[in-house]
Amino acid sequence: MILSVRDLKVSFRTDDGIVRAIDGVSFDLAEGEILGVVGESGSGKTVSLLAVMGLITDPNAVIEGSIRYKGRELVGLPASELRLLRGNEIAMIFQDPMTALTPVYTIGWQIAEQIRAHQRISKAAAMKRVEELLAEVNFPNPHEAMSRYPHQLSGGMRQRAVIAMALSCSPALLVADEPTTALDVTVQAGILDLVRKLRATHNSAVVFITHDMGVVSELADRVMVMYAGRIVERGSRQDLFADSLHPYTRALLGSIPPLTGDKPHRLPAIPGSPPSLLRLPKGCAFAPRCPVRYEPCDLGKPALGDGNHAAACFRTAQP
Amino acid sequence: MAALAVFVLIVIACLSAPLYARWAGVDPFVSTLDRIITIDGQDVPVMEQSTEGLGLGYTPLGPTWRLGNYFLGADNQGRDVMARLLYGGLNSLLISAVATVLTLLLGTATGLVAGYFGGLTDTVLSRLLDILWAFPIYLLAISLSIVTIAQGISIGPITIESGSLWLPIIIIGIVYVPYVARPIRGQVLSLRNSEFVLAAINLGVPGPRILWRDILPNVTTTLIVFVPLMMALNMLTESALSFLSIGVQPPDASWGTIIQDGQALLYTRPLVALAPGIAIAVSVMALNVFGDGLRDALDPRSKIELGRD
Amino acid sequence: MIYPILRRLAQMLFVMFGISVIVFLIFFATPGADPAARIAGRNASPEVLEAVRHSFGFDRPLYVQYALMMQKIFVTGDLTSFVNRGWKVVPAVLDSIPVTLSLVFGAAVLWVVFSILIGVVAAATRDSWLDKLLMALGLLGISMPVYWVGEVMNLVSQSRYHDTWLFSWVPPLGYVNFSDDPKGWFLALVIPWITLSILYIGIYGRVLRAAIIESMQEDYIRTARAKGLSETRILLRHALRTSLIAFVTLFGLDFGALVGGSALLTEVVFGLQGIGKLTYDALQSLDLPMIMATVMYASMFVVIANAVVDFVYILLDPRVKTS
Repeated sequence: MILSVRDLKVSFRTDDGIVRAIDGVSFDLAEGEILGVVGESGSGKTVSLLAVMGLITDPNAVIEGSIRYKGRELVGLPASELRLLRGNEIAMIFQDPMTALTPVYTIGWQIAEQIRAHQRISKAAAMKRVEELLAEVNFPNPHEAMSRYPHQLSGGMRQRAVIAMALSCSPALLVADEPTTALDVTVQAGILDLVRKLRATHNSAVVFITHDMGVVSELADRVMVMYAGRIVERGSRQDLFADSLHPYTRALLGSIPPLTGDKPHRLPAIPGSPPSLLRLPKGCAFAPRCPVRYEPCDLGKPALGDGNHAAACFRTAQP
Repeated sequence: MAALAVFVLIVIACLSAPLYARWAGVDPFVSTLDRIITIDGQDVPVMEQSTEGLGLGYTPLGPTWRLGNYFLGADNQGRDVMARLLYGGLNSLLISAVATVLTLLLGTATGLVAGYFGGLTDTVLSRLLDILWAFPIYLLAISLSIVTIAQGISIGPITIESGSLWLPIIIIGIVYVPYVARPIRGQVLSLRNSEFVLAAINLGVPGPRILWRDILPNVTTTLIVFVPLMMALNMLTESALSFLSIGVQPPDASWGTIIQDGQALLYTRPLVALAPGIAIAVSVMALNVFGDGLRDALDPRSKIELGRD
Repeated sequence: MIYPILRRLAQMLFVMFGISVIVFLIFFATPGADPAARIAGRNASPEVLEAVRHSFGFDRPLYVQYALMMQKIFVTGDLTSFVNRGWKVVPAVLDSIPVTLSLVFGAAVLWVVFSILIGVVAAATRDSWLDKLLMALGLLGISMPVYWVGEVMNLVSQSRYHDTWLFSWVPPLGYVNFSDDPKGWFLALVIPWITLSILYIGIYGRVLRAAIIESMQEDYIRTARAKGLSETRILLRHALRTSLIAFVTLFGLDFGALVGGSALLTEVVFGLQGIGKLTYDALQSLDLPMIMATVMYASMFVVIANAVVDFVYILLDPRVKTS
């Protein structure tokens, strides 16, 4: 296992009390595997991976549990050691390529900066490597693109630059946080191809965060569905799409537009909205919106089973 | 709030200047070179004969630290510095407050008209504001002061005598107009295209009524935030002009003129210049802190920054 | 890149013209008294008044008067003082320029270096006692009248503590030509530089701290962290570098105000014979031609300085350069 997270809890102290954004999340990731993490905004999918990256800088945040990367515990690791891993062995791609790059430096400079932060190579050698990377992420004219500023590139091109930056030190683990959400559909497909190709060439493990079940169905080996800071279902892609257990997963699957055939007039929406993390119900957090709830749902929180395919639901996942 | 309390205390102290002068039995505007006062039963002249050199010069009395009895000593004219400090503060506060009102009135009017009517009116007013904005504040104030200082000014039926406090008030009030007008114009411009104003225009509500009922209330927050910051700025400007002898004219005093009086006594009786400077710094600091707090409370998202000198 | 520069140049010329018209109107068309009498000074004889009327063209239309004034100030330079009979004011103004520039540029160096230092340290130690102390000092710097700070400096360095090791090096008040004695020039200006820069260090330290803290919230800072850069590098190369753009814009505005305002007061307090002192002396003797010239030259300099800063801004921000 390249990454193994056990009972991760992230809470934030706020004026209105303690908010538990992540409540006991555990998962494993093998080399070269693509894990899709799905959920609505506020479900904790981004926060849990930011915790893995050590990028939660809010002084009011408390992180508990265990995050092991290649067997090494990351929780409580000094910032200086964590920094050596970040960008080098673990890299991240962010949601909005418009704001993810510093506006006053060229693309080439920013990628070379990362390479030189982790490797002792000359500026010229770093620049040569940048050019190779930009070619690898399909920049039509990599040499010219190096001297471009972020605002001179389209969103798709910027995201390619961000991906090239993430790959610059050949990371063993790549975390992609909704990398296609801010992009056009046609551009999205290109970026997904790129992620697949990179997994093949670099054998990196990838955590792909998204709220789009369609993207997951194309890309992921295994899937993890999150709701209100907990994992509600996990399993292989086949398990999840063919035989989903949790009513929330089923509801999400119902909201994928079919790729072929007539488009429905309206996608089925999940009624209600995610609960406030400040006022979580005592029982299952999804119960208020659940079509199949019954009494036990309001009494206690369902646990996630152990197997490869498991769901946290009293009704549908009874052993 | 502590800042506001400090400022209110200063205002109260300055308002009580006439009471203080009567209680101390001094006239802070008449020179009393040969006055002799009693301290601890001993007679002390207000102007002491110098002990240095030929003994021909006179040095004013130093601070006695006795309230009501030349607490901060005497100045070149043998006048009670404490009494002058309070009277001068009254003028400094008055000028900066009235000039603030004037700037806000002129600036708001200009900003409203330019932002609301747009077109040629806006172009002309905005260019004019650009020019005034680029014109260094002190140079503009100096130019306006020097032509009015000797003979005053008369426009039609209005005549302002030279030496009147209205001269510095008007000058300070005018030079800062762009600092208020430009941000107000920007706000009005965006309000002008907001849905509720467009709806009012379509309903045939007359322009002046829209300005008064729909637009003005929406810029009042900004104006309120401007008041303390503007007043702090005006206070520094007033004191600088008075220091340059083109603000408040003798025998009237302001903190700026007292600092100038004190310049000649700097090495012998430094307190004459130090005290009003401390008074200015404390007042301005209190106003700035209060203004920052007010801005954070009323308009946390805004980036209202008054121009500085 | 050429277009924004040309546009800025055109704007600069327009503002210069506008300011010259305003100065003209203030001096020649303010109601209340005869402009000739103002220019001639106190107790001028009828002959002098007549000469003033003729030489400034008061019997001719306003635009001729404007042209005559501009000619006297910028072309022929033969504007003369009537208070100091026959003194040519334009050469006097030109002679004083190096003094003012020495003061202003030295202060600007201190102001930029120290405000960046304070802004960065305060932002890096946000909410600590050091941050609070620096911000309180900055506020104090903003709130003190600059000429008064100068007097306090004089009191300390020339009188009270002059004979201690700390200030025994401070020369008497006044200016020393750089070409005559570079070391004397430097020593004479150290205290004025500090005085003049205190106010601006206060303002800029506070503004820069706020800007850095704001840009530390940006997405690209998170990217920089994800790249594995050190916190120092993130602060200096990413947060500070992007904040400097706002800093430079403000610098342009205040640099002008500095030359036209605070520098004047500082020159007066330290007896430096720059444009400010020249203006001050003319104010005391109501010497209008001299003030006309100093105001005109100083404000033109300010407008040009502002434009130059904007050119630097265009170079600094790639977004302006290419748009």
